[in-house]
Amino acid sequence: MDLDPVLLARLQFAFTIVFHIIFPSFTIGLAAFIATLLVRWRLTGRDHLHRLARFWTRIFAVSFAMGVVSGIVLSYQFGTNWSRFSVVVGNVIGPLLGYEVLTAFFLEATFLGIMLFGWKRVSPNVHTLSAVLVAVGTSLSAFWILAANSWMHTPTGHVVRDGIAYPVDWLAIIFNPSFPYRFSHMFTAAFLTTSLVILAVGARYRMAGRFDPEARTMMRMGLGMVALLAPLQLVIGDLHGLNTLEHQPVKVAAMEAHWDGSKPADLVLFAFPDENAEANRWTLSIPKGASLILTHDPDGKVRGLKDFPPSERPPVLPVFFAFRVMVALGLLMIAIGVIGVVLWYRGRLFDARWFLNPVQHCWPFGFIAILAGWWVTETGRQPWVAHGILRTADAVSPVTAASVLTSLILFVIIYAVVFAVGLYYINRLIVKGPEGPEPERDEGVASRPLAAATEATRHATGAEG
Amino acid sequence: MDGLAPWLPLIWAGILLVAVALYVVLDGFDLGVGILFPWAHGESERDLMMNSVAPFWDGNETWLVLGGGGLLVAFPVAFSIIMPALYLPVIVMLLALVFRGVSFEFRWIAKPHHRVWDWTFATGSTAAGFCQGLILGGLLEGVRVESNAFAGGSFDWLTPFTVLTGAGVTTGYALLGATWLIMKTEGSVAERARRQARGLLIAVIAAMGAVSLWTPFVLEHVFARWFTLPNILYLSPIPILVALTALWAWTALARGAEKSPFIASILLFLLGFFGLVVSNYPYVVPPVLTIRQAASAPESQLFMLFGVALVLPLILGYTFVVYRTFRGKVRPGEGYH
Repeated sequence: MDLDPVLLARLQFAFTIVFHIIFPSFTIGLAAFIATLLVRWRLTGRDHLHRLARFWTRIFAVSFAMGVVSGIVLSYQFGTNWSRFSVVVGNVIGPLLGYEVLTAFFLEATFLGIMLFGWKRVSPNVHTLSAVLVAVGTSLSAFWILAANSWMHTPTGHVVRDGIAYPVDWLAIIFNPSFPYRFSHMFTAAFLTTSLVILAVGARYRMAGRFDPEARTMMRMGLGMVALLAPLQLVIGDLHGLNTLEHQPVKVAAMEAHWDGSKPADLVLFAFPDENAEANRWTLSIPKGASLILTHDPDGKVRGLKDFPPSERPPVLPVFFAFRVMVALGLLMIAIGVIGVVLWYRGRLFDARWFLNPVQHCWPFGFIAILAGWWVTETGRQPWVAHGILRTADAVSPVTAASVLTSLILFVIIYAVVFAVGLYYINRLIVKGPEGPEPERDEGVASRPLAAATEATRHATGAEG
Repeated sequence: MDGLAPWLPLIWAGILLVAVALYVVLDGFDLGVGILFPWAHGESERDLMMNSVAPFWDGNETWLVLGGGGLLVAFPVAFSIIMPALYLPVIVMLLALVFRGVSFEFRWIAKPHHRVWDWTFATGSTAAGFCQGLILGGLLEGVRVESNAFAGGSFDWLTPFTVLTGAGVTTGYALLGATWLIMKTEGSVAERARRQARGLLIAVIAAMGAVSLWTPFVLEHVFARWFTLPNILYLSPIPILVALTALWAWTALARGAEKSPFIASILLFLLGFFGLVVSNYPYVVPPVLTIRQAASAPESQLFMLFGVALVLPLILGYTFVVYRTFRGKVRPGEGYH
């Protein structure tokens, strides 16, 4: 059996990063949500906000742990599987990852200890501050990793000498042309994903008639964010697409399955792109639609795939379909936001079962859209790993195919187990809900935070009695 | 700024050594608690052991990311040789850390059906420690390099020597874990840890002795470093300090001290670490690639140094705050969110 080590290394990286990105996509927004709940609780003193914060903190702990352990795997894979990548662009990418570790990872990991275990050890204000710092850490982490990734798409601020990239201007490297768009797009996507999960869980409790004040708060906060962010994301995504058209036109051609650049581009709603025939089959399209979106002129010309030699084209099929999945889910999210707000305005949001019933199942939308979006942008960058500097095929380590196959099999088995179990446990926490045993209320208002923390402890150690 | 450039590789080697030393000591004690997990009696003892490290493990593990990330930042060529050379132990270590890390969370949610997570916590911790020892041994023995790239086989790292270092590091972590438990817990957990610490101390000293005898007689550059004049005079305090520290640890354990066994164990680790650094300086991939040859562009090292100088003191500061927040003995039933 003759296995291709490059393909195996790519499969492994794709698999491990797909697994990993699911958790930060969720925890970036969730950390901010928990911090917001705690701040609101400090300001209003309303108990159910604290119960909610504690409930989501348990879910956060599980998700964050899975994100941390799968993230470490990625940073080491740059060396184990992509050692040429590390040598060729290490001078540029290395410090960006280093800043992520220094400014973000330590902050979130260290204050996570207080956030999870400090309910009783520190004052409520210090605890709330810890949650805020964890949220800041998750966002900083997104900033640096997206700077590094964006540079791989649109490298600037460097020179290449003897095939090795050297930094020249760090600000140009960090704020490279696609960074502002990619960062806004991903950051908004992360908050949107979390908001949908919170909205869905709120709807689930409303459907079951459980946890009344908590369910309403979740639905209001979740829906408010969806209604705000989903349309905003459409605008950001459009701007990001125009930026891609400027810097990576072949990626946009693949996204639109646009082959012939000499004619205006149709907006292909559905098709089956055939790379051998260099044409689409079973096409359903709006004539000149893509030209209108991309150039704001129905007769505008957009470079097509045939304008690039086949060796410079990304695989069309996955880019084309993943893009459609992402956009379809985005439109669905806008619909949820609009319908929800109309119901809210009419005062019927919490009882419209025809709306709550589907919405309680919409929690995976954000995750799928994020994975699809990353699929578009990363596959669309091929055959390059760092655009114009290093081809993916030239970036791998001198490791045997057998070793990579072994590790890939281990990753698939172990991640599948961890993921399935993690999901099962998170669902179990959700079924249990934000209500532990009733807090003791013998000391009046002042002791509430303490009473709540005691309750949390008893709840966690309940098995021993 | 230009005056700084020649020193950058040395400064970065220093930063990485500090990061690795901090990782080994900090994650060492919580991995050690996991390694000792199978010997605990009953659920409440295991709860206590896990609670004693639960608020810290994540921060501790971050030093491993800084170690790996720092190697990529400062010595990308070394990173690109070491990681493929030690491919399988690195991957298995990462997977072991996956199991160890999620066990903290899964175990609490799974209760009362949590036995499987006791097992993954112990196995994950032990495998991670053993793999780190294999990596250390593989690095000490050297890897085959041709034209600045790894040129050896998939199992070059598997030798009797690396198995010895694997066992040595595992034992060392267990010692750190045991002395941590002496400091942080009371009752049956602390008493058992004290008994275990004595045996572990003897085993660690034996492992350190074996490595110290083995390396100079197998590796020429190590022999030349230690057994030539005048080096032998300058370096002789190291083994003497190791002996004194071991003695201190032993007597502290015997007289029932609670904190000094842990401090003495940390000191032992640092001395052993220092000895290995002395043996191999200035190599980052012994004995073929020095820190200067493997260094990244000075611009990169400088840019990152700026961040380290600014942020590392802050990190050390808030890490201290968190350890202080959770100071004192962990009591049964105290703890989880």
